[in-house]
Amino acid sequence: MKVTVEITRRPEIADPQGTTIQRALSDLGHNDVMAVRVDRIIHLEIAGDDVEAVRHSVEEMCRQLLANPVLEDFTVEVIE
Amino acid sequence: MRVAVVVFPGTNCEHDVVHAINALGGAAELVWHRERDLSDFDGVVLPGGFAHGDYLRTGAIARFSPVMTEVRRMAGDGLPVLGICNGFQVLCESALLPGALIANRDLGFICRFVDMEVTDTGTVLTRAAELGQRIRIPLNSYEGNWVDPLGTGRIALRYLDDPNGSQGGAAAVANQGGNVVGVMPHPERGVDELLGSTDGQVLFEGFLRSLVPA
Repeated sequence: MKVTVEITRRPEIADPQGTTIQRALSDLGHNDVMAVRVDRIIHLEIAGDDVEAVRHSVEEMCRQLLANPVLEDFTVEVIE
Repeated sequence: MRVAVVVFPGTNCEHDVVHAINALGGAAELVWHRERDLSDFDGVVLPGGFAHGDYLRTGAIARFSPVMTEVRRMAGDGLPVLGICNGFQVLCESALLPGALIANRDLGFICRFVDMEVTDTGTVLTRAAELGQRIRIPLNSYEGNWVDPLGTGRIALRYLDDPNGSQGGAAAVANQGGNVVGVMPHPERGVDELLGSTDGQVLFEGFLRSLVPA
């Protein structure tokens, strides 16, 4: 099954990359950009056909390795 | 009194650390990251570099190297555990130190001498120094910006000029027990006049003084 994991930095944690991109966009005249955040998407292919089992498995992967609980939240989407 | 200096794939400061410790009368040895027994060692250093290529996040993969089980045991036993630069990142990912390290505030790789002051002498890195003592050694990192949402870290060294946005100006952070310390600048590059500084010596002296027989 194809699974997409979105790792997002918590709003209260600074995102220097997002801040820099926002500044660059502003320099280009895009003064309407209120905020930029840069996050991470990880695509996985998982053996198995039980959607809930796959979801639980990938959520465990997120807690173990894919996300840093100090900085990040995650959402898991099972595509097919 | 033996000190293990851990080598992950991508570590690149291990020889400098061994040299610094041995020059001060310690007995440091390189240990490959797949080692599962550090019972003959009285302390451990995780040196700088790019462990496992820094893939995913700095330190994220290194955390699961076999040697980390022993590093965790030693930290729990109160033995001195020091992470320098990338080693600091590995200790945070391993939750042996609070917080995490993110990209420098201005997104630049910083490679220059930095000035710091000692803000806590109750850690294995700073116990030979005096409170308020100035330390000048090189910083060499991109992800040196420490964040600590829970505010539980002890700041052992503080930057005087805030080079990277690190919370509280933290350059070195300890656990509550003071036996696990991460330092972002490189004390091993400040142990000889030839290198432009000898201020790293007092930090290694503190670490060596903290060793007790295993």
